[in-house]
Amino acid sequence: MKYESQKVAKLYFIGALTLFLAQVAFGLLGGLLYVAPTALPDFLPFNVVRMIHTNALVVWLLMGFFGATYYLIPEETESELHSVGLAKLQFWVFFIAALVAVVGYLFGNYDGRSYLEQPIYIKVGIVLVALMFLYNISMTVLKGRKTVISNILLLGLWGVAVFFLFAFYLPNNVVLDKMFWWWVVHLWVEGVWELVMASIMAFLMIKMTGVDREVVEKWLYVIVSLTLFTGILGTGHHYYWIGTPGYWQWIGSIFSALEVIPFFAMVLFTFSMVWKGGRDHPNKAAMLWSLGCSVMAFFGAGVWGFLHTLAPVNYYTHGTQITAAHGHLAFYGAYAMINLAMITYAMPLVLGREPYHQRLNMWSFWIITSGVVFMTFALTFAGVVQVHLQRVMGIMTYMEVQDQIGLFYWMRLGAGVFVVLGLVLYLLSMVPPGRAKSA
Amino acid sequence: MSEVLTKAAARNIFFGGTVFFFVVFLALVADSVGTVSKITDKHPITPSVAAGKRIWEKKACFDCHTLMGEGARYAPELKNVWQRFGGDTDAEGARANLKAWFAAQPSHDPARHQMPQFHFSDQELEQIIDFLKWNSEIDTQNWPPHIVG
Ligand code: HEC
Ligand code: HEM
Ligand code: HEM
Ligand SMILES: [Fe+2]
Repeated sequence: MKYESQKVAKLYFIGALTLFLAQVAFGLLGGLLYVAPTALPDFLPFNVVRMIHTNALVVWLLMGFFGATYYLIPEETESELHSVGLAKLQFWVFFIAALVAVVGYLFGNYDGRSYLEQPIYIKVGIVLVALMFLYNISMTVLKGRKTVISNILLLGLWGVAVFFLFAFYLPNNVVLDKMFWWWVVHLWVEGVWELVMASIMAFLMIKMTGVDREVVEKWLYVIVSLTLFTGILGTGHHYYWIGTPGYWQWIGSIFSALEVIPFFAMVLFTFSMVWKGGRDHPNKAAMLWSLGCSVMAFFGAGVWGFLHTLAPVNYYTHGTQITAAHGHLAFYGAYAMINLAMITYAMPLVLGREPYHQRLNMWSFWIITSGVVFMTFALTFAGVVQVHLQRVMGIMTYMEVQDQIGLFYWMRLGAGVFVVLGLVLYLLSMVPPGRAKSA
Repeated sequence: MSEVLTKAAARNIFFGGTVFFFVVFLALVADSVGTVSKITDKHPITPSVAAGKRIWEKKACFDCHTLMGEGARYAPELKNVWQRFGGDTDAEGARANLKAWFAAQPSHDPARHQMPQFHFSDQELEQIIDFLKWNSEIDTQNWPPHIVG
């Protein structure tokens, strides 16, 4: 770490991990309501639990992206951040807005669509936070060295903000509403967020493998090209059964099937960089998270995505537990893991220490990852049974099917406990031992 | 990566291709928006349907239910609940039964997923039912496959 202003990332990393803990805690409550529907008091119905779970997820991932950006932009641009004060202010506005939103949810204060339940004043607050952030980062990039990593990262982050604006568009026509809801949800996770992820990964590869920047940046262009060439039209895989014209079944099936390629390219990229670099970076845990990220993203987004993305398959699986299985592994593999990789890499550096608690951190990698994988399998089995009985045979209603798949929901809950334990180990591994080496 | 692809070429491919695919996407979406906007010719969105949609959003029904397969997966699909309640043959009966359904929640049955009691007024119930009925009329390429949802 060369620049003083990079230290501001620490605040974001701590905030992100705090919200991650809240996210999985509410995940457990949601999993509990699946198997013990009357276990929680009336003011915590399933919908409130779920919106806190998913919102906390999105907010901590964004907070992690902000932190990662504040960490890597000074090194990329070779200049201090435009304003550290603004970065701190932005953190607190964001964090407090998140708390206000959660408290509001508990009192029935929500409005909108899935993932976008924030009342209008919180949505406006989010836009303000985004503007503060983009201003700060853009000013830094403008005055400094321009690299491919910082350009792609900046493009991705601007895209995140621009597509969020569709959260404000709530037409009366449900079909239109749904079409543009996906402009936030799909064009985020299968578009601009992938740009952010790929640039963070490229940064980590340069730092940890020592491979030449030229090589890494070419890879980066190839990956993000494949991402957007397939992912934009891939939006069509959400336009099959929502009242939109039939041609989307062709466009969506073809282009979303191709979306697997950039995730595979990411695996090739990370492994060939590590192999080529041949350097033994001291932060082994960060390396493990980075490689794990590309692999799990390939399985979660690529394999589990492909599983249900062709229109003739999706006709039966649409909106079942199969979707939930894919949602978990994809979000975890691609976006939770890239953040955990970056935090593992950068935390010792912002604290001015050698990498510490590596073994503990790597244990947490294996425990959390196996937990999410097991959860994904449980939900996949639940989904297959559900699809068969309710969608293919059509002999049982949704509620009748639930009685048949309770065992899988118990397994999901058990795996969830494992995930939370793993996360606690990760958090412990972040606490530095003793006093600083170079204070 | 080989020397065949220079960085400048890679950059040009990225920006050029992205613009190309985004423009194609925009054109298709514009076409679909045209078609979709005409749905309301046959299935007008009355003030009551629109009010029902606002209730759907404000009560976050979608964080338990799916509607046309989107939302959460904790409760039944509602795109065709109107048909499940027999609305196609006996509209008045379906209305009455749906109102009775809302009134009877939660079931407090520890073995069933719970739906909260919303204390809707009769007018709000009419609105939410009008909204569900409107959804049931939309052509979704024969989805869901069966009446069970
Ligand atoms: C906390 C979760 C939850 C919320 C929020 C919720 N529901 Fe439900 N709903 C359920 C569950 C669970 C069932 C099935 C209950 C049963 O069969 O015992 C259900 C059943 C229904 C049914 C009957 C479906 C059928 O096929 O029999 C209708 C209609 C319905 N809900 C409408 C709504 C509307 C409209 C809203 C929003 C105002 C809403 N629900 C909010 C959980 C919820
Ligand atoms: C990291 C990238 C990805 C993430 C984070 C992600 C996440 C999600 C989530 C959360 C949903 C559920 C949305 C909802 O209804 O609430 C979803 C749906 C879906 N995803 Fe992905 N996804 C990713 C990549 C992909 C890819 C690459 C494919 C295809 C190959 C794909 C195919 C699908 C399909 C077909 C659905 C709709 C499921 C349905 O019909 O119910 N996803 N995704
Ligand atoms: C403690 C472990 C976890 C448990 C028990 C859990 C449980 C749940 C439950 C019950 C839902 C609602 C599903 C529904 O709609 O019916 C859900 C949704 C979701 N969870 Fe988790 N979760 C956990 C961890 C995670 C993690 C680690 C991630 C990603 C990093 C994640 C991402 C999501 C997403 C994207 C959704 C919305 C999509 C969907 O509804 O399937 N969850 N989770
Ligand atoms: Fe998608």
